[in-house]
Amino acid sequence: MDTIKKDYAKFTKGMKKTHTILVPNMLPVHFELILSLFEQKGYKFEILKSADPALIETGLKYVHNDICYPCLLVIGQFIDALLSGRYDLSKIALAITQTGGGCRASNYIHLLRIALKNAGLSHIPVLSINFSGMEKENSLKFSLSNLKRARGAIVYSDMLYMLANHYKSYEVNKGDTEKLLSHWTNKLKPMLKNTKYKTTKRVLGEIYRDFNYIKVDYVPKIRVGIVGEIYVKYSSLGNNNLEEFLRGEDCETVVPGLMGFVTYCMANNVFDAKFYGRGKLMGLVYRLILKSLDKWELLIKEAAGGDPRFCAPSGHRHLFKLTEGIIDLGVKMGEGWLLPAEMAELAEAGIPDIVCAQPFGCLPNHICGKSAIKRVKDLYPAANITPIDYDSSATRVNQENRIKLMLAVAKERLTADEAVTEQNKVKNNAKGTKKQEKLVV
Amino acid sequence: MLNFAQNFIRVGLDVGSTTVKAAVIDNRGGIIYTAYARHYSKITEKVCDILSEISGKFGVSLPLAFSGSAGMGIAQRIGIPFIQEVFATKVALKDANADVAIELGGEDAKILFLSGGLEVRMNGTCAGGTGSFIDQMASLLGVTADEMNSLAKEAKKIYPIASRCGVFAKTDIQPLLNQGADKSDLSRSILRAIVNQTLGGLAQGRAIEGSVVYLGGPLTFFTELQKCFDEALRLKGVCPKHSLFFVAKGAALLSDKTFGLPDLISNIQKTGKTNFNTLRPLFNSSADYDEFKKRHDIKTPYADIADYEKNGKKAYIGIDAGSTTIKMAVIGEDGELLLSHYQSNKGGAIEIVRGYLAEIYCKYPLLNLVSGASTGYGEDLIKNAFLLPVSVVETAAHFTAAKKLMPDVDFVIDIGGQDMKCFKIKNGAVDDIFLNEACSSGCGSFLQVFAEGLGCGIEEFANLAVAAQNPVDLGSRCTVFMNSAVKQAQKDGASLSDISAGLAVSVVKNALYKVIRVRDKRELGKNIVVQGGTFLSDAVLRAFEQETDVGVIRPDIAGVMGAYGAALYALSAPDTGIIGKDELAEFSYQTKAAACGLCLNNCSLTVNLFSGGRRFISGNRCERPVTGKLQDESLNIFDYKLSELSKYMQKAGNLHLSPQRSKIGLPMVLNFFELLPFWHTFFDCLGFDVITTPFSDGNTFKEGQSAVPSDTVCYPAKLVHGHIRRLINLGADNIFYPCMSYNLDEKISNNHYNCPVVAYYPEVLNLEQNRLIRCFIDLNDKKAFAKKIHAVLSKRFDLPRREVNLAVKNAYGEYAAYMRKLKQKGAEIIAAAAAQNKDVIVLCGRPYHADPEVNHGIPQLITAMGKAVISEDCLPPLVTGTSVLNQWTYHARMYSAAKYVAAHPNIHLVQLVSFGCGLDAVTADEVRRQVEEGGRLYTQLKIDEITNLGAVKIRLKSLFAALEDE
Repeated sequence: MDTIKKDYAKFTKGMKKTHTILVPNMLPVHFELILSLFEQKGYKFEILKSADPALIETGLKYVHNDICYPCLLVIGQFIDALLSGRYDLSKIALAITQTGGGCRASNYIHLLRIALKNAGLSHIPVLSINFSGMEKENSLKFSLSNLKRARGAIVYSDMLYMLANHYKSYEVNKGDTEKLLSHWTNKLKPMLKNTKYKTTKRVLGEIYRDFNYIKVDYVPKIRVGIVGEIYVKYSSLGNNNLEEFLRGEDCETVVPGLMGFVTYCMANNVFDAKFYGRGKLMGLVYRLILKSLDKWELLIKEAAGGDPRFCAPSGHRHLFKLTEGIIDLGVKMGEGWLLPAEMAELAEAGIPDIVCAQPFGCLPNHICGKSAIKRVKDLYPAANITPIDYDSSATRVNQENRIKLMLAVAKERLTADEAVTEQNKVKNNAKGTKKQEKLVV
Repeated sequence: MLNFAQNFIRVGLDVGSTTVKAAVIDNRGGIIYTAYARHYSKITEKVCDILSEISGKFGVSLPLAFSGSAGMGIAQRIGIPFIQEVFATKVALKDANADVAIELGGEDAKILFLSGGLEVRMNGTCAGGTGSFIDQMASLLGVTADEMNSLAKEAKKIYPIASRCGVFAKTDIQPLLNQGADKSDLSRSILRAIVNQTLGGLAQGRAIEGSVVYLGGPLTFFTELQKCFDEALRLKGVCPKHSLFFVAKGAALLSDKTFGLPDLISNIQKTGKTNFNTLRPLFNSSADYDEFKKRHDIKTPYADIADYEKNGKKAYIGIDAGSTTIKMAVIGEDGELLLSHYQSNKGGAIEIVRGYLAEIYCKYPLLNLVSGASTGYGEDLIKNAFLLPVSVVETAAHFTAAKKLMPDVDFVIDIGGQDMKCFKIKNGAVDDIFLNEACSSGCGSFLQVFAEGLGCGIEEFANLAVAAQNPVDLGSRCTVFMNSAVKQAQKDGASLSDISAGLAVSVVKNALYKVIRVRDKRELGKNIVVQGGTFLSDAVLRAFEQETDVGVIRPDIAGVMGAYGAALYALSAPDTGIIGKDELAEFSYQTKAAACGLCLNNCSLTVNLFSGGRRFISGNRCERPVTGKLQDESLNIFDYKLSELSKYMQKAGNLHLSPQRSKIGLPMVLNFFELLPFWHTFFDCLGFDVITTPFSDGNTFKEGQSAVPSDTVCYPAKLVHGHIRRLINLGADNIFYPCMSYNLDEKISNNHYNCPVVAYYPEVLNLEQNRLIRCFIDLNDKKAFAKKIHAVLSKRFDLPRREVNLAVKNAYGEYAAYMRKLKQKGAEIIAAAAAQNKDVIVLCGRPYHADPEVNHGIPQLITAMGKAVISEDCLPPLVTGTSVLNQWTYHARMYSAAKYVAAHPNIHLVQLVSFGCGLDAVTADEVRRQVEEGGRLYTQLKIDEITNLGAVKIRLKSLFAALEDE
């Protein structure tokens, strides 16, 4: 029974031509590629890049202060932008992603509308971006062909993201990676029309080789995995520039891509049918879609050809397996079983040092984050996982201090490993040798 | 690994949140020199002092490393190696032969497991503040930290004190103090709370055994804290020599780079400020400040007390026994002020009032003091002690005072030591009340304690803020977070005046955005009166003006407005009377602590014995310990619920068990509070011996505390661990506790989920030998359920499908009957209340809020106040339009209840919110909207581990007072 009041502004057909749609920033490359699909259909977007601390204040003003941090940031960023005077408010719309599900995140779009109303901006329409047919009247619609293109866009973005994370940590000339990243982002946009498996595979190979030309200096670094609630995991605004911070601490960051989350959402429909016997038809449909994604998920791994420098996604079937002994696949709210599965995926790939980023008081994370860590550690004794809470009032010094503790433990192991295994020592690299001395003491 | 070949000495500096510690070690790693100093936020100065001393003693060029939370910033700025402090401790402990180290610092708590799988643990964000917590508590008791330690030795009784965080603990302690609880008992209870918090929050199920060492300031200085740890761990820990300097020693051991100390010192001095988020200054110029000073301080009418003495005119006294301060005002017949008094209560309200009254009687022997009224937390105690005829709830007292000074006032905001009270006034009556919840409490006293910690008075501290150029943004979540934000600011080199101004802004933001939840300043009204001791600070007042952009009025007696209001109340009350001079001279009192034990609440009572054999009991929820009679709970649905559920719990088990069907345990937690009739009937029908845990009590949480993996999850969920432990003790071979993504669809919402915690909490449990039957259950489709449950149980038991089908049928029937009974009882209570002309309160929450340990006896408290009480689930289901996505079954009932209340003038809604409930961040605003759209008052009570109901009482009394006004 639908009880939601429908008294909010709608995005009408004509607005496509006249309005610019503001989108919050989370995964810049992913968003840019996916939104380009709609740009080709005549929509105009702007991804909000603002990170002014004032937007947190705005967020605190317009949403309940106990709501999750991502919600506060996204709404704060929107309202801050709308009130900034930069835009003609008669030609602006907003778009926000919506996944549905039992977590309070499915309420973000409604809380945004309430906030708009309270800010005197209720005439601004909000579009939902979702793959599950919510808000039919008021969403960016993915046609079948667009879904196929989106599939390509996600695979490409995941590839770029994985490569960029690696190369940014080792590049000799600062900025090389970023340049190549934006080169490929632009180059890929028109290529998304081609949704053939073979083409995608070829292009991924090209990307991989292209990045290989980046001049690197392989000093030994701790590889730190980042998992967590999707927004604070990815968004630099949400996690106080976690990736940058870790690189500054001489680490390489390894962050699982978006496809894992997409397949996680789909798989939950399959499990609903399996565990509860409900939505059997949808369960079947999603089972088929997932099956069709099997080979697409593994494209990155193939393109990287077993290169040990990368932790390529191992596919949803493998993720399912990784949950054994840690969490049941029925836990489907928030990041659910995916979160510990990604921890296990990283630990299995030899990246046991992990930051689990979560909003302060995140409900599903009590269960699938903090509680699961112990069991991941039982299965992977080397696992060195630190949960970090992000919040408008949590201080950086506390967060960084805890991460540094995790890094100190990691460094000690790195040093010990190197003392034991000769071949792990970096060859003929002056800087590297110096580094090593520092680590030994 | 460490290179000892060279014959050198090394230096480690541990710069923490409150202190600087330095250790110099020789080539064998032995400590040859130490330095220890509190830095009072002047970090660079202290660090440089210590460094120059070391340089003078040991040479100008030495290997050196920094550690500690405040050391991180300095090390970064000047490029010195930084060693994370827990790691440093670990290194320093290498030769100590310890299995576990427990280290408490000013802000952080750490446990290191050194043997059998190294693990280092540090408290999460929400549990900060250990050493500084002790300082705050000591200051609350009005003793030094050392005195608190000695007091703790004399303790006879331990009060339960919330151990979740400093703010919560304070909320428990403050009222106990005001009830006159013994300081030694409190001291020990505080230390116990620290132990519970450390062990519960950090051990997370891992056993602490073997040789244990205690490190860090608090554990070094407080022998009683060590003893409390010993008691809790059932072993004897050791506090080794140099226990303060392990972090510094570890840093020294890991130092590998030599630095020229004089250069270093000048470097540290040079690199002062870095970036921190700054706010605009409070005042742009001194002219600004002068203009501000002119605008404020409206004058209260005064009269000369000599005049009153001469004419024998009647005088009245108002006593506001607040949480941290006592305020008294003596007024004349027309409400003019004769005398006023404001002082920190330092834990002895009665003594202070007695002294002040004696002073009045002595100084003004002819004054005709005829009556008085009390208000504030100590309202009842003071009223009883000094034979006052009346007392008044503090919101009403503040409103009365504000109205006297500004008859057309439409908004009052009062920030006291512990609480913030704000109310909107429409047509001369209170229209809306905002009171802070535990989390945002204590802002006022935080400022005070913080100032004292820096060695300056509160006024001096506020003056610093006035001159600040770049106030620091310190966030607004709670004082624990603010404290750690201060730490960050110190690290970044913020000056004291910037911190002082930042704190003033934080306190105001807390009030505006957390308590009042203001979005549009126009909501506040035109005639705003600000009062309360905290507003005496110009910095806070200015911050409020800046943040809201509205002109406000601060009376010259801002600090004593509550007392002034109480005096006005006494003036208008028909009854008069007050303790006389002679009686006062002979006045004496004694307090005794006792546990009531007459019901599950087991209230911690404080019995005050006054001279003349008078007795006053406080801390009770109902009248039973006073009258000796059971309170009438016939109009309390929670009582009914518990007795209905008890019928299942007490039902005799099946004696003739088939070998395959053993004891099966059901934990009385979360959704079992609604589904017990279902599951109990189901398993009973199948011939199992069903064991249920009794309702939670004060020990349930503690028994399972060490297994709670997330310290920010809600209290009802935390209780699960204790119940599981009890089930195991009761011999349940199998524990049935299913995961349920979906609740039952009651057709009034978009979807019918459970909240993530209710849905998946069984996933958190680590149970040996597969004792827990793990499964995912949906009850919406009977057939699908029967099939599923048969499949699940068949893995363990031999159950014919046909028997299962029958049990399923009975279970659904029993559940429906139970829900029907609830609704029927609800209707009966509403009808009976109407017949008796009583208001009905819908205590709106979740089924598990019926657990007496979760609601802490609030339903009884309401019936004791003469109202009937029902719950959201006994009202008829209504479809209501919502602005938010209505997708959780339990929550949909609250929206439905709100709609019902809006249409029934004698039924009022009070929402119970468990602390940390993320979903209620969504529902609270929506329920409020629904209730207010019907033109009704919305009240929220936040509950957690805190057992003291002082704040809850004030909130309910305020609501009832406002209802009467209407």
